[in-house]
Amino acid sequence: MPSDQVRTIEVGYLTRVEGEGAMKVVARGGKVQDVEFSIFEPPRFFEAFMRGRHHSEAPDITARICGICPVAYQMSSVHAMEHAFGVTVDGALRDLRRLLYCGEWIESHALHIYLLHAPDFLGYESGITLAQDHPDVVTMGLRIKKAGNEIVRVLGGREIHPVNVKVGGWYRLPTRKELDHLATELDRIRDDALATVKLVATFPMPDVTRTVEWVSTRYPDEYPMLGKTVVSTAGMNIPVSEWNDWFIEEHVKRSNALHSRIKTRANYEVGPTARFNLNADLLSPGAAAAAHEVGLTAPCTNPFRSIVVRAVELLHAVDEALTIIDHYRAPDAPAIDFTEKAGEGCGASEAPRGTLFHRYRLDAKGMITDAQIVPPTAQNQLSIEEDLRLVLQAHIEEPDDKLRVVLEQSIRNYDPCISCATHFLRLEVDRG
Amino acid sequence: MTARVAVFKFASCDGCQLSVLDAEDELLAILGTIDLVEFPEARTLREPGPYDIGFVEGSVTTPHDAARIQEIREECKVLVTIGACATSGGIQALRNMADVGIYASQVYAHPEYLDTLATSTAIADHVKVDLALYGCPVSKEQLVETITAVVAGRRPDLPSHPVCVECKARGTVCVLVADGTPCLGPVVRAGCGAICPSYARGCYGCFGPCSTPNVASLATAWDAAGVPRPTLIRALKGFTVGAPEFQEAVRAL
Repeated sequence: MPSDQVRTIEVGYLTRVEGEGAMKVVARGGKVQDVEFSIFEPPRFFEAFMRGRHHSEAPDITARICGICPVAYQMSSVHAMEHAFGVTVDGALRDLRRLLYCGEWIESHALHIYLLHAPDFLGYESGITLAQDHPDVVTMGLRIKKAGNEIVRVLGGREIHPVNVKVGGWYRLPTRKELDHLATELDRIRDDALATVKLVATFPMPDVTRTVEWVSTRYPDEYPMLGKTVVSTAGMNIPVSEWNDWFIEEHVKRSNALHSRIKTRANYEVGPTARFNLNADLLSPGAAAAAHEVGLTAPCTNPFRSIVVRAVELLHAVDEALTIIDHYRAPDAPAIDFTEKAGEGCGASEAPRGTLFHRYRLDAKGMITDAQIVPPTAQNQLSIEEDLRLVLQAHIEEPDDKLRVVLEQSIRNYDPCISCATHFLRLEVDRG
Repeated sequence: MTARVAVFKFASCDGCQLSVLDAEDELLAILGTIDLVEFPEARTLREPGPYDIGFVEGSVTTPHDAARIQEIREECKVLVTIGACATSGGIQALRNMADVGIYASQVYAHPEYLDTLATSTAIADHVKVDLALYGCPVSKEQLVETITAVVAGRRPDLPSHPVCVECKARGTVCVLVADGTPCLGPVVRAGCGAICPSYARGCYGCFGPCSTPNVASLATAWDAAGVPRPTLIRALKGFTVGAPEFQEAVRAL
């Protein structure tokens, strides 16, 4: 190939991701020249119209940011409000929130593994054509997904935009009979979840290695879902409320989602790989054993192996859900009382695709005067681009068709949720 | 011949099109009866129109999307809008009552990078719509019913009565009458199965106005429950804020 030949690969509309994004890479003479992951999903301005709404509306309204991970938005928003009012929701009420979150992890991870990402590894254009050749595999994925959705439906009222979460706790507690029904459903798919780990570990993986600063929330003695602190592999360990002292968001022209980075440092990554690399010791014994069996150890440095990490987290969520149901004793009331007051509150939790941070300022009547939402995919944009650069260089000899496939697969490693990423984000620092 | 079906996305959360994939029990059976030739959220292969059925999620918020919906209409024999964004502009239609320039500057450092319209509007404000599925999100059952009905060439069975009918049908005690819990059920279209009252809270209006909603009468009931008027107005300015019946009611209150 002539040394100055320019190759451009452009995907104008990324498929098998949630939302509207595009990718463009340019190589000249066998060297990467430019990579661009852009988000053209139209902005919906949630942070603006949240102003003037009552704090109690935040879980219902912010859920609408994302139909794939509404529970994450409900969890981060109620934690922020409870932080502002100085109340802590603990014990069985908090366990039920984790159970709801397990449901979202199970359905979202199963959706991504089987319908969106596995086709890349197995050479199919979609889960639909994969199902034609391997109906048993896709049926297993749908079975798992359904069990996760069933948790969200029973605890939340419906699978998408559940209605039962509120500031202080819940509108209504589940009955023992409802929880036993969920345990039966989970018992039925536990073997499927274990089989998923073993299955995805056999997928052929592009051989790429890289390290980055991995970031996740942490809570003592729990694999993180509802965070208390934020930690990183470079030693960060801060309360959630200090988020804005450490992270900044920037608005660049090619994206309707703001780019995040750590102040004075660089890009970072949130999501399953980050959680695993920081919290592998907190997995359920069954999930830890499965990870060990397929040779997955922290730190996981091949971004394509995120599908294995996702499967391990799926198994962990099934185990965790069963444990919570087993230990559950109904609390006295579905929610705890609190007094509205003016102030500011922060909350962070682990959406299936990574850390989701919320911050609100409230007036004395509990009305929102300022809102900040930092979704996981916005935080991962720069790392997605770094990976594209690396994968492009490693596969630069491949013909365009193959290169395009592996580059898209590399973006899907992050399970990007572009609908989420777009609608928020305000700038603390502008270097435009 | 197998129906060629397409799913299109505009400004939305993706939840309504996800309902297609959430029909786990029916999904593979449905895929046996239709040809899902355009569905970028789920497949990479994309086929150009014309299509027998087009499902549209989301509202129109950019000049590009305003042009795109015209092209999509041309390509679809039957056009079905799915969800509150497509049928009434979604929660993002709150911008229609505000200054979008101020909104943009509250969220973005460089509003000039954005290419956005001042309004978020329903698909029917732009093109003829053959069938509308309400809800935030749509009901999975209604979606399956609509796909099977259209493929069979009949009208789908979709309700326009209020949520109250569903509460009575499932035997839920009225939260408004019994507990004084503010509930929009009497003026909101059925379809969800009256979930909220069965979870001890009032309906908050995901399916938009029912046919001939009597908001004035509802306001009297909320007054009696001691709910301040601004709370009712805020409730009506929710996920179907763009619905003309609710806009009128807000003006009248």
